Amino acid sequence: MRARRALAVGAAIGSAAGAVLLRRRAGRSRDRVELYFDDGSLVTFAQGSPEAVPLLLHARELLAAARG
Amino acid sequence: MPPAADALAHLTEISTQIEAAVVLDREGGVQAATVDDERAGRIARAALELFRQADAQREQELVQLDAALAGGSVFVVRDEERLIAATTGPGPTAGLVFYDLKSALRSFAEPKPKPKPKPKPRTPAKRATTRRKKDDASA
Repeated sequence: MRARRALAVGAAIGSAAGAVLLRRRAGRSRDRVELYFDDGSLVTFAQGSPEAVPLLLHARELLAAARG
Repeated sequence: MPPAADALAHLTEISTQIEAAVVLDREGGVQAATVDDERAGRIARAALELFRQADAQREQELVQLDAALAGGSVFVVRDEERLIAATTGPGPTAGLVFYDLKSALRSFAEPKPKPKPKPKPRTPAKRATTRRKKDDASA
């Protein structure tokens, strides 16, 4: 009985930790561009949106150039 | 040391997050860089194209941008005359990087000579005049 309860608690903790790690990894791998305008507005284009494609392309070029 | 190189030297000194930085004019000409000329030219071209395309997204004028990529981040900030582009490693503190880049841009601006204040026209001493008139009236 006690062993079964410990197993259940362990499985719950393990799955919660796994979910957190997966979410962090997914968030980190998603490229995005944030634009700040003079009226104080902020626009974010995430990878996958049509506006982000050319911007991310040039951003990658810039990063690659900086690293030789 | 020219002011451009001086500002970039100070920038890399105070910001441990910034890996490379290039200052360019509005036409893409490199004014100063922390990397060699060939890399600086490539960074400047990519930064200018990135900024122009981003600026075309809205009617408002773009003042700064950052792009978060898997391998690192890219920042571009502009003032009236020039832009500064910088790269960092992954997960930088964006607010701090923007602050440092703006400070570097500000230090680029030539200190303008202050106009001399105009001398104020002297007003005649009214009290003495008034008293004299009173004296004249009583006499």
